[in-house]
Amino acid sequence: MREACSLDLRGEDAAHTKGFSSPGATTPVVMGSYMMVTILDVVISGLLLGGIYAVTAVGLSLQYGVARVLNIAHGEFIMLGAFITYSLYTRLGINPLISFAICGPVVFAVGFVLYRTLFTRLRTSSPTAGAFEGNSMLACFGLLFIIQNVAILIWGADIKGYTYLAFPVDLWGARFAANRLVTLGFALAICLVFYLFLANTRLGKAIRAAAQDPDTAGLMGVRINQVLALCFGFGALMAGLGGALISISYKIQPTMGLEYTMIALIVIVLGGLGSIPGSFVGGLVLGLVGSIVTHIEPGLSLVAYYVIFMLLLLIKPTGILGK
Amino acid sequence: MGMKKTTSKRMFTFGLVLLILVLAACAPLYAPVYTVILLTSILMYMTIAVSWALFSGPTGYISLASAAFFGAGIYTSAMLGKALPLPLVIVVGALASFCLALLVGALTLRLKGIYFVMFTFGLVELLLHFILWWEVTICGTTGRVVPPAGNATVFYAMLIILVILVLTVFIIRRSRYGLALFSIGENEEAAAHAGVYVTVLKIIIFAVSALFMGAAGAAMATRWTYIDPRIAFNPLISFMPVLMAIFGGIRPLYGPIIGAAIFTYLEEFLITRFPYYYMLIFGIIMVVAILYMPDGLVGLIQRLWKGISGRKHADT
Repeated sequence: MREACSLDLRGEDAAHTKGFSSPGATTPVVMGSYMMVTILDVVISGLLLGGIYAVTAVGLSLQYGVARVLNIAHGEFIMLGAFITYSLYTRLGINPLISFAICGPVVFAVGFVLYRTLFTRLRTSSPTAGAFEGNSMLACFGLLFIIQNVAILIWGADIKGYTYLAFPVDLWGARFAANRLVTLGFALAICLVFYLFLANTRLGKAIRAAAQDPDTAGLMGVRINQVLALCFGFGALMAGLGGALISISYKIQPTMGLEYTMIALIVIVLGGLGSIPGSFVGGLVLGLVGSIVTHIEPGLSLVAYYVIFMLLLLIKPTGILGK
Repeated sequence: MGMKKTTSKRMFTFGLVLLILVLAACAPLYAPVYTVILLTSILMYMTIAVSWALFSGPTGYISLASAAFFGAGIYTSAMLGKALPLPLVIVVGALASFCLALLVGALTLRLKGIYFVMFTFGLVELLLHFILWWEVTICGTTGRVVPPAGNATVFYAMLIILVILVLTVFIIRRSRYGLALFSIGENEEAAAHAGVYVTVLKIIIFAVSALFMGAAGAAMATRWTYIDPRIAFNPLISFMPVLMAIFGGIRPLYGPIIGAAIFTYLEEFLITRFPYYYMLIFGIIMVVAILYMPDGLVGLIQRLWKGISGRKHADT
C-alpha cells in the first residue's frame, strides 16, 4: 500500500526544471547582462512550467465550474495522457505531437462515458447541489485509485521517460531544451483554441449557459446532461493533452497524478473557482512563482505553492481575477 | 412493548460490547504475534475513522487533514520518545495535534464545502513538504528512529485510546452538543439562529477528533521504529478513514468501526499477494459504496433486515 500510493512528488524534479539552462552556461561579460540573463532564465522557465499548469487547470476549471465535479482524479487523466503518448512513441514510433490526435479523443471518451454513467446517476440521486459536490468528489477518490492502479498493472510502477527534441535552443543568452519551448507553444495554442471554441461556437455558448445556471439552461433548451458530460469530457481532454505535453519534457510515473491534481487545484483557486481565463492566468502566475522560488531555494517550490494556496483560501477565496 | 424490548436490547448490546472488549484485551495472551500486530493496525484505523466521523459525520465538513494530525503525533513520538515514557509521549502527541487542530480550525472553519476540503488536504501536503525540506536542508538527514515498544504494549495503548475515544464520542453524541453538531450539518445558519455557538463548537469538536488521531500517531510510531515525512504524512491516512467510515456508515458510532475492521483485514489479506489489485478493489468498492450504499454497510444491512423480517414500513 505504501509503495503503491507513495507520491512521487516532483519537488526534487522541480529543482531541475531549468534543465541545463543554469546561469553558468552563459559567459557573462558584464554583471548587468548576467543579471538580465538570470531574470530571463527564471521568467522563461516559469512560463514553460506555467503553460503546462494552465492547460491542466483549465480542464479542471471546466469540470468544476460547469460540471460541478471537483475531480480529484484529474491528475490520473493527465497521467493517462502521458502514458498513452509514451507508449505510442516508444512502441510504435508515433511522433508525440501527432499522438495528440489519438490520446486526446481516448481520454475524452473516458471522461464523457464516466459522466454519462457515474456522475449523471449521482447528480440525479443527490438531494442538493452541495450533496452532489461532496458525493462526486468522493467518487473521484475511488476513480483515482482505480485509474492509478490499472495504469500500474499495464505499465508497471517505474519512472519512465523518453527523449524527443532534446537539443538546446538559445533565447537571448539563456538556453532551453527545444522540447520545452514546443511544449509552451502547444500549451498556449490549446488554451487559445479552447477559448475561441467557448466564445464563438453554439456549443460553447451552451456550456457557458450551463456554467451560470444548469437548471435554467436546461429550461432554455440546452440538453443539459449532454452538455455537462461534454464539459467533463473536455476537462479530461485538456488533462490528457497536458499529460502528453508533460511526457515530452518530464519523467512520468503512474503515481504522478495527485501532485498535478493539487497544482491544478491551487491554480483554479488562484484564478477564481470556475473562471476559465482565470485558470489560464493563474497557471502562468504559479509557474512564475515556482520558477522564482526554485531559483532562490530549490526544495521549497511546492511549499511555496501550498503557502500561497492556503493564504488565498483564507484571504481571498475568490481568486486574483474573482469579484 | 417498546420499553421492555429496548431495555433488553440495550443490555444485549452492552454485553456484546463487553465480551468483544474482554476478548480483545486478552488477545496478546492467547493469539499469535501476527494477529496482535494485525489487531493493532485495525485498532489504529478504527481510531482514525471514528475520530474522523466524530467531526465530519454530523457536520458534513469533509476533512482530509487526518494525516496531518496523525503525523503530528508520529513526529512528537519521534522527538520525545527517548526522553519520556510512552504514556506521556502519547499525551504530548495528542496535545500537539489538539493545538494544531485548534489553530487550523480557527483559521479554516469559516471556509465551507469544497474550500474546506481543499484547505485540509493542502495542510497535509504543506506539512509534508515543509518537514521534508527542513530535514534535507537544515538537518541534513531525512527520517528519524523511534525507540520501539513491544507489540503488546502498542496494542494495549491503541486499545485504551480507542476505548476512551468511543466513550467520548458516545458522551458527545448523547449530550446537547451532539445534537448541536447534527443541527450544524442540517443547516448551519438555522443552528446559529437557534443559539448554537457554531464556530466555537466546530473548532472544539475538530480539535477533539484531532486529539485522538495524534494519540494514535504517537502510539503507532513506536511500532514502525523508523519514520520519515513521507511515512508520517502519508496522504492515504487522510483518504482511508473517509472511505472506511462511508463504507461502514457515517451516522451510527459502530459504522466506521465496522468499516475500518473490514478494510484493514482486506488490506492485510490482499496486499501481500496482489498489492495493486488491492488498491484497485479499494477504488471500486469506494465508487460502488457511494453509488449504491448512501448509508453504508450498516444502512444496507438494516434495509435488508427490514426486508427479510417482512415489515411493510421499510424506509428507503
